[in-house]
Amino acid sequence: MAERARPLSLGAAAGWLATAGLLLLTVGTTAAVLVRAGAAPRPGPGDWAAVQFTALQAAASALISAALAVPVSRALVRRIFPGRGALITLMGAPFLLPGLVAVIGILEVFGRAGWISRAIAPLGLAPLQIYGPAGIILAHVFFNLPLAVRLILQGWHDIPAERFRLAASLGFGPRDVARLLEWPMLRTTLPGTILTIFLICLTSFVVALTLGGGPRATTVELAIYQAFRFEFDPARAAMLGAVQFALCLCATLATMRFAAGAGFGAGLDRPIRIIVAQAAGARIHDVAILLMVTAFLSAPLLAVVLAGLPYLFDMPASLALAALRSLIMAVASSALALGIALALAHVALRAGPAGKLAEVTGMLSLSASPLVMGTGLFLLLRPLIDPTAVALPATVAVNAAMAVPFVLRILLPGLREIQAGYGRLSDSLGVTGWPRLRLVTLPRLRRPLGFAAGLAAALAMGDLGVIALFGDPDRATLPLEVFRLMGAYRTNVAAAGAVVLLVLSFTLFWICDRWGRNART
Amino acid sequence: MKTKKTISALMIAGLLTATPALAEEKPVLTVYTYDSFASEWGPGPAVEKGFEASCGCDLKYVTAGDGAALLSRVMMEGTHGKADVVLGLDMNLMAQARNTGLFAEHPKIDAEYTLPIAWEDPVFVPFDWGYFAFVYDKTKVKDVPTDFKALAASPLKIIIEDPRSSTPGLGLLMWVKSAYGDGAAQVWKDLADNIVTVTPGWSEAYGLFLKGESDMVLSYTTSPAYHLIAEQDDSKAAAPFTEGHYLQVEVAAKMAGAQQSDLADSFLTYLTSSDVQAVIPETNWMYPAITPAAGLPTGFGTLITPDKALVFPPAEAKKVRDEALSEWLSALGR
Repeated sequence: MAERARPLSLGAAAGWLATAGLLLLTVGTTAAVLVRAGAAPRPGPGDWAAVQFTALQAAASALISAALAVPVSRALVRRIFPGRGALITLMGAPFLLPGLVAVIGILEVFGRAGWISRAIAPLGLAPLQIYGPAGIILAHVFFNLPLAVRLILQGWHDIPAERFRLAASLGFGPRDVARLLEWPMLRTTLPGTILTIFLICLTSFVVALTLGGGPRATTVELAIYQAFRFEFDPARAAMLGAVQFALCLCATLATMRFAAGAGFGAGLDRPIRIIVAQAAGARIHDVAILLMVTAFLSAPLLAVVLAGLPYLFDMPASLALAALRSLIMAVASSALALGIALALAHVALRAGPAGKLAEVTGMLSLSASPLVMGTGLFLLLRPLIDPTAVALPATVAVNAAMAVPFVLRILLPGLREIQAGYGRLSDSLGVTGWPRLRLVTLPRLRRPLGFAAGLAAALAMGDLGVIALFGDPDRATLPLEVFRLMGAYRTNVAAAGAVVLLVLSFTLFWICDRWGRNART
Repeated sequence: MKTKKTISALMIAGLLTATPALAEEKPVLTVYTYDSFASEWGPGPAVEKGFEASCGCDLKYVTAGDGAALLSRVMMEGTHGKADVVLGLDMNLMAQARNTGLFAEHPKIDAEYTLPIAWEDPVFVPFDWGYFAFVYDKTKVKDVPTDFKALAASPLKIIIEDPRSSTPGLGLLMWVKSAYGDGAAQVWKDLADNIVTVTPGWSEAYGLFLKGESDMVLSYTTSPAYHLIAEQDDSKAAAPFTEGHYLQVEVAAKMAGAQQSDLADSFLTYLTSSDVQAVIPETNWMYPAITPAAGLPTGFGTLITPDKALVFPPAEAKKVRDEALSEWLSALGR
C-alpha cells in the first residue's frame, strides 16, 4: 500500500508520544534501576526454574480460561433470558478484585475450612486440598475467565448482524456457522485473549505463592522481591524485570502472527439476533454451562461480601477519605488510559514495523514488574521532585499504563473491523482526523469503549502496587487502607473495607459498561 | 458556577498532592519507617504528637512496606535521601545497614534496656522487641506441640511466611537454624507435610489462619494479647517451644547525612522515653525496649515467656541466612 507523503498528523504525533511515554515507564524505569545498580548479573539456575514455572502456569491458566470462555460466550450470545445483562456485568467483577481479597474469597469457598470442605465433612471426606498448581490455575481462571468471556463476546458483536441473517436464509447448519462465522471470529479474538491472560498471570505473585503452597511455586516476580529486599541487589531485580519483558515480547510477537482481521466486511450496525440452526440439545448445554459458571464466579464474591457485611459500621472515618481519593484516581487513570490507548491504536493500526512497535509497547506494561517499575520511577523522579509529594499523580500514571494493554486489546479488534469496513470509503470521501474519529470510529466503538473505560477505572481502584513504594502515609488509597487494617490484626474491618472496595469498583465498572452496552450495535 | 468548579478543582488537587506545610519556618524531621508503624493503628501518630509537643519541629513520616523494604529504599537513595532517622530495621538487617556507612552513631542514651539480651551498639537504638512463635486457637488445638520435632510429628497444619519476602518468614528460618544447626534441613523436610502454604507476608498468613485454613500460624508470642485486649477474646495462645524462641529486636538509627542532626539525636532519645515505650505494647503489639514504670498492660501478663532467647549476632546473620535459605528451598521441594 503506497502511502502519500504527508505531514505528521496530530493523531500520529499523539501516538508516538504515547509510545515514547509507555516505553519510558516500562523499559526506561528498568534501565534506571540498572544504571543505579551497575552491571547486571546473569540469570542463575534458580532463576531459570522460576522463569519456567512462571511461563508454564501462565500458559496453562491462559489456555484453560480461553477454552472455557468459548462455550460460555457462545451460550451468552445464543440465549436471551432475564438477568442476562446482569450476568454479563457480573463477569467484570472477579477481575476487579485486588489479589489478596480474591484469594480470601476463593479460600472461603474452596479452602480447607471453606464451604465445600465443610459441606463434605459430614460424609467423612477430608478437606479439599487446593494448594498447589491446581489452586493457582483455579484462582487464575476465576480471575480471568470473565475477562476472556467479555473479550470473545466483543468478537461476537463485531460480526455484522447481516451475516447471521444471510446464514439463516442460506440454511446453514451448526457446522457451517462454526466454520464460516464462529471460527474466523475466534481466530481474530482468541490469540489476543490468550496473550492478555498469559501476561496478567506472568506477574502473578500473591496468588501464585499463597495458593501454590510453597517455594515450588516461585515466580519471577517473587525472585524480584527476593533480589530487592533479601539480597539488596537491584541489578538482579532489574535483570529479572528484563527477563519478564523478554517473555512478554516473545509472547506478543508470536501472537501477532495469528491475529488477523476476520474480514466480515461492514454491515448496517443492526443489533444481533442469532437465529441460526443449532444442534439438538444446544439449549440444555448452554443453560448448564451458564449455571455452572455463574456459581463458580459468584460464590467467592458472595463469600467476600458475607465476611465483610457485619462489620461495615466498624470502619474508621479515614476509610471514607481513602475511598474518595481512590475514586478520583480511578476516574483520572481511566481517562488517561483511554487517551493513551486511542493514540497508540492510531499507530498500531498501520502495517509495518511502526504498527508492530506500537502494539508491542501497548502490551509491555502488562509484564512490567510493579516493584521494578515503581523503584525505577522513583529513581527517575528523585532528581526532579520529591517522589513522596507526587505519590498519587505517579500512581495515576502507572495505573493508566497498566490498563493500556487491556484497553488496547478491547479496542483494537473493533478498530480493525472499522478500518477494514469503512476506512477506504472514509478516505475517498476525505473524512479524516477529528471528524472521522467522531462520526465514523467512536459511534461504532462505543460498546468496547464503555467496557474498556470501566475496566481501566476499576483496575486502578483495586491496585495496591506502586502507591506503597512512594511512601506518603497520609494519602493512602482504599486498597492500601484495607491492607493496613489486615496488618494491624483488624481482619474483620479489613473485610468490610474489601466490600466497600468491591462495591465501588464494580459500580464504576457498571456505569461505564452500561453506557457502552446501550449502543445501537 | 465557575467559582464552584474552581473550588472543587482545588479540593481535588488538595486531595491528590501534598500540601506545603503551613508553618514553613519550623524545621522538618523526616523519619523513614515501615507502613504499619506510621498507620492510624500503629504507634506513629502518638509518637509524632508527643515529639512535636517539645521539639518545635514538624515530624514527617515517609513509609516503606517493612524493615527490609526500608533498608532497600535507603540503599537506593544513598547519600541523596531525605531521611534524618530510619526506624524499624531489625537485627537481621543491622550488619547490612552498618556496612552501607550511611548511618551515624547515636548520642549517649541513658536507658536501662529490658531486652532479653545485653545491648550495646554505637549506632542502633532498640525501641521494641518480640519472640516469634506459633499461634493457635485453644478451643481447637488440644495437643499442643512443645518443640519443632513434635510439631513435625503431629497432624497439625501450619501456615508460614516466605523468608524471601517477609520478616517473620526470615525469623522462622533463623529460628530453626539456631535451634538445630546442621539438622535444620531435616527439620524442614519433616515439617513439609504440615505446611499448608507459604504466604508473601504476615497479613496473608494471619488472615488465613483466622479464617480457619490452618491450626497454627507463625506470628509473635504477643499476638494473643491483641485478641485479649482489643477483642476480649482469650481463645488464642502461643505455643512455648523447649528449643527456645527466636528474638526480634527492632531498632532505629540516625542517618550520617541527616540535615536535622540535633533533632534526630533528640528523637532517638525520645524513642527510649517512657512516653513512647508505654505506647508500644498496645499499638505495635510488641514488648517495649524499656518496661515503663507503670508496667505492661494487664493482658501481657498472660503471655508465654520463653526461658531461652535464640538469636544470631548481626555480623553472622547474613552468612547464616543465605545457607539456611538454600536448605529451606531444597527441603520444601525445589
